[in-house]
Amino acid sequence: MRLTGIPIHYAWRNLLTRRLTTLLTAGGMALVVFVFATVLMMRAGLEQTLKSTGLPENVVAIRKGAQTEVQSGVSRPEAAIIESDRNVALDGLGRRLVSKESVVLISLNKRRTGQPSNVVVRGTTPVGLALRPQVVLESGRMFRPGTSEIIVGHAIADGFSGVQIGSTLRFARRDWLVVGIFDAGKTGFSSEVWGDAEQMMQAFRRSNFSAVIFQMQAPQAFDELKARLEGDQRLTTEFKRETQFYEDQSHAMSTFISVLGLVLSMVFSIGAIIGAMITMYAAVANRVGEIGTLRALGFRRKSILVAFLGESLLLSLLGGIIGLVLASFMQLFTVSTMNFQTFSELAFSFTLTPGIVIASLLFALVMGFTGGFLPAVQAARLKIVDSLRAG
Amino acid sequence: MLAFLLKMAFKNALRHRLRAILTLAGLTVAILAYGLLSTFVSAWYAGADAASDKRLVTRSAISLVFALPISYRDRIRAVDGVTSVSWSNWFGGVYIDERNFFPQFAVDMPTYLPLYSEFVITPEERAALLHDRRGCVVGAKLAARFGWKLGDTIPMKGTIYPGTWPLTIRAIYHGRDERTNEDQMLFHWDYLNERIKQIYPKRGDSAGVFVVGLKDASEAALVSERIDSQFRNSLAETLTETEKAFQLSFVAMTDTIILAIKVVSYVVILIIMAVMANTMAMAARERTAEYATLKALGFGPPIVGWLILFESILVCLIGGGFGILLTFPLVRVIGHALSSVLPTFNMGEHTSLEQAIASVLVALVAAAIPAWRSMQVRIVEGLRAVA
Amino acid sequence: MTTGTDAREATALAAQPAAVALRHVSKHYVRGGQEVPVLTDIDFDIAQGDFLAMMGPSGSGKSTLLNLIAGIDKPSSGQIIVDGIDIALLTEGDLADWRAQHVGFIFQFYNLMPVLTAYENVELPLMLTSLGKRERREHAEMALGMVGLQDRMTHYPNELSGGQQQRVAIARALVTDPTLIVADEPTGDLDRKSAGEVLDLLDRLNGDLGKTIVMVTHDARAADRAHAIRHLEKGELSALETKP
Repeated sequence: MRLTGIPIHYAWRNLLTRRLTTLLTAGGMALVVFVFATVLMMRAGLEQTLKSTGLPENVVAIRKGAQTEVQSGVSRPEAAIIESDRNVALDGLGRRLVSKESVVLISLNKRRTGQPSNVVVRGTTPVGLALRPQVVLESGRMFRPGTSEIIVGHAIADGFSGVQIGSTLRFARRDWLVVGIFDAGKTGFSSEVWGDAEQMMQAFRRSNFSAVIFQMQAPQAFDELKARLEGDQRLTTEFKRETQFYEDQSHAMSTFISVLGLVLSMVFSIGAIIGAMITMYAAVANRVGEIGTLRALGFRRKSILVAFLGESLLLSLLGGIIGLVLASFMQLFTVSTMNFQTFSELAFSFTLTPGIVIASLLFALVMGFTGGFLPAVQAARLKIVDSLRAG
Repeated sequence: MLAFLLKMAFKNALRHRLRAILTLAGLTVAILAYGLLSTFVSAWYAGADAASDKRLVTRSAISLVFALPISYRDRIRAVDGVTSVSWSNWFGGVYIDERNFFPQFAVDMPTYLPLYSEFVITPEERAALLHDRRGCVVGAKLAARFGWKLGDTIPMKGTIYPGTWPLTIRAIYHGRDERTNEDQMLFHWDYLNERIKQIYPKRGDSAGVFVVGLKDASEAALVSERIDSQFRNSLAETLTETEKAFQLSFVAMTDTIILAIKVVSYVVILIIMAVMANTMAMAARERTAEYATLKALGFGPPIVGWLILFESILVCLIGGGFGILLTFPLVRVIGHALSSVLPTFNMGEHTSLEQAIASVLVALVAAAIPAWRSMQVRIVEGLRAVA
Repeated sequence: MTTGTDAREATALAAQPAAVALRHVSKHYVRGGQEVPVLTDIDFDIAQGDFLAMMGPSGSGKSTLLNLIAGIDKPSSGQIIVDGIDIALLTEGDLADWRAQHVGFIFQFYNLMPVLTAYENVELPLMLTSLGKRERREHAEMALGMVGLQDRMTHYPNELSGGQQQRVAIARALVTDPTLIVADEPTGDLDRKSAGEVLDLLDRLNGDLGKTIVMVTHDARAADRAHAIRHLEKGELSALETKP
C-alpha cells in the first residue's frame, strides 16, 4: 500500500480561488507571527546589547550585594588592594590595566518626547578606554583628563537634546563641554556619558569609587582570583567577569519581555487558529462533491486528510512569511527605555536572527496544523456515497 | 420589519452551529485579551494614579541616587505653605531571594504616617510600631503574600546598606481605597541611621527624599519653587515636585514599553476583525442565491445589507459580551499572580466601555464589504449562483 | 423463471465468463431504529463487453445498485463478483485500490476538479499508479485525443461547455484502461446535441474498445444506445429488455 497524494497544486490553487478568504485568514496569522517575531527580536536585541557589552578577560568589582555600579561603593584602600593583585594584566609599558571608576545617574531630556530619563555618567580613565576596545571615537576627540570635558555615546547623541559636540551639559553645579561622540556598537556603553573619574568624584563630592574594572593577566584563572579576593577580609567587594556582570543586568527585562511576549503570542494565536478552523471547515463544506469524487477515483482517506491539512499549512506559511516581512521592518527602529534593574537608560534594537526566522515559521505552521487538523479529519471521514449525493 | 430582520439575522447566525461557536470563542478571547492588556497599562500607571497631588517630594537635583543632608528638614519646615515634613530612604533590600521583590523604605515614622493617611492602621498597632525601634509596618497584601503575621521578625538582607536587618512586624496597614499600594514595608529611619553611622559614618544623617505636606494643594508649584530656591547654589541643590509628577517621571521612562503594549492590544482587535470579516464574507457568499431571491420577491437592496449587518452585530455583541464579563474574574486572578511586579492590578474605568466599542467596531468593519457586495448582486446572477 | 429473453441471456452467460456477477445482493439503511430496504435479493450477471442501462422511477434503488457495482458502497448481504473477486469482502483500503484499477466513473454533473485544468483532471487517476511523469503524459494525451479535446487541454472546467466537460470526464474515466465503466445519468445535464456527442463516445468505447458499460439513466435516447435495459422498481429487478 502506497500513500499516493493528491498533487500539491490542488491545495495551492484552491487558496487562490478564494482570494479574500485566503488573505484574511493569512492576514490574521501574519499579525500573530508579527507579534511573536517582534518579541523575539526585542529579546535578541537586548541580549546582544548587554552580552556584547563586556569582555570575558575583564573583571568588574563592585560592593557585595550591590547589583549595579550606581548602587555600589569601593573605597580607595580597597581599590588599591585590588589593583595590586597578581592576576592583573600589565600593558606594554608596565602599567597596570586597572580603571577605578565613578558611576552616577543624571537626568536628561529625551529629544522625541521632551521627557526626562536617567542617564549613566561614567567617570573613567584612559585605561578605562583601553579596557573597552568595543568603544571607538566616532567624531570629535577624547576628553582631556583633569578637565570638565566629556564625550557622549552614540545613542545619547541621537536620542537626547542638547548633546552635540560643542554644547555644554550642566550637572553637579558645573558646566561640562561635549568634545566627542563615541560609538560602542550595540553595547550598553552607547547610552552613557563619559568623563574624567577624578573630576566627577570632585563634582559629586564622592570619596569612594563606584567600581573597579581591570583586565586579567590569565583569564582562565578567574575562579581562583574570585575565591582569593572575595575571601580577603579587607575587602567587601564581589567580582564578576564583565560579560556576566552585564548579562545579569538584563535578566529582569529579558524575562519580562519573554514572558509578556510569549503569553501574548499564545493568546493571539488562539484567534488565528480559530480563523483557520472556520476557513478550512468552510472549504471542506464547499468541496464535499470533490472529496467524494476523489475517493471514488481511488484516493484513500489519508490522501484527503493530507490534502486539506496541506492547504491549511500552506495558508499558515503564507501568513508566517508576511508576518516575518513586516517584523523585519522593525529593525529600522530602536527601543529606548529604562532598564528595570539598573534604573538607567538603555537603548537597543530589534535583531532578526536565522533562529527567529525558523521559530516564527514553525510557529505559523503549528497554528496552521492546529486549525486545519479537525476540518481535515472531517473531510477524510466523509462517506463516498453521501459526499457524491450532497456535492 | 425590524423585528423580522433581527429574527432572521439571529437565525442566520446560528445556521452553522460549529462556525458560530468558533466565531464566538474567537471574539471572546480577543475582547478579553484587549481588556487584560488595557488593565495592564493602567496598572502600570497605578502608582502615579494613587500618588497624591497634596504631597511634594524633594530630592537631589543632581541625581536620584544622591541623598540630601538631614539638616534640610528644618529649613523646609520653615517654608511658607508647608504643614509638615518627613523623609524616606529607599532601602532596596532582599527578602530571601531577589525574586521576592517589594519596596522597603526607612521613614521617620512620627511624621510620615500622618502624611500618608491612606495607610490605615489601628491605634494599638500604631503605638506598638512607634514603641519598637526595630519594628516595621507592612501592607496587608504584602503580609498575605508571604503569610506574615504581627510579631514575625523578617530578616532583610541589605544591598545598599549592607548587613542583615531583622525587622519585627508591629503593624499591618490597609489601604483606604482600592488604588492604595498595600505592597510596601516601612521601618524606622532612626534604626537605619544609627547602624549606618557605626559602619560608614559619612553616609549617616542623610535622607533619600523629603516628603512635604501642603497647606493648600493649589499652591503646589509655588511652594515647590520656594523650597528649591532655599537650596539653590548650595552643595546639594534640590528638585521639588508633586508626588504624582515624581511617580509619573518613572513611568515615563518606560513609555516605549507601554506604547508597545498599547499597539499590541490594537493588533489583537485587528486579528479578530480579519477573522470576523472572513466569516461574514463566507456566510454572505453562501447565501447569494437567498439574497437574490429576497430581492426578486421585492425586498430592496438595503434590506439585504441590514441583514448582514445585524448578523454581524449580534455575533460580535454576544462574543464581546462574554469577553467583557470574563475580564472581571480574570483580572482578579492575574492580579494575584502578578502581585510582586504590579502591586495594584485593577481595571481602569473605561476598559469595559472600550471593549464594547471594539466589539461594535469589529462588527461594522467585518460586515462592510460583504454587505456592500451582497447589495450589488443582480437578481438573475444571484439565483444562478453556486457558492 | 425462464422466458425467451432469459434463455438468450443464459446462453450468453455460458459463452463468456461474466464481468460482473451479483448474487443475492441486498441493501438496507437503518433509520430511526428501523431497517429501510433499498435493494432486495438482486441477482444477475453482466457480461464482458455489455452495454447495460438501468432504469426505474425515483426511489427504485438504481443509483444504489450502481454504487454497489462500482465499489463505492457495500451491500448489506450478498456477493458482487467482478473479474473473479468478491468486492463485497474487500477492506476499504483494498476497495480504493481496486476502484483505481478497475473502474472508470462518469457523473451527471461531470465532477471535475474546478482548480485543475482538463489535462490535470484526466491525469488525476494516473497519480494512483506507479507511472512516471512522461508515461502519464502519454496516457492522458491519448485519452483526451480519443474524446477530441487535445486542443483544450490547458483549459479549466469553467472555460468549457457542459458537453466538453463531460467529454473530459469520459477521458478521465478511460485513462487507466479500466474493465468497467460506470455512468450515472451521463446526459442528465446536457442539451440534445452534446448529449448525442457523449452517447456516440460511449458507443465507441463499448463497440471499438470493448469496455463494459453500466449506465443509470432517465433519458430514453440514452437507454436506446444500450444493448440491454434492466428495470428496477422498489428495490427489485422487474424486467430485462434486450436489443435484437
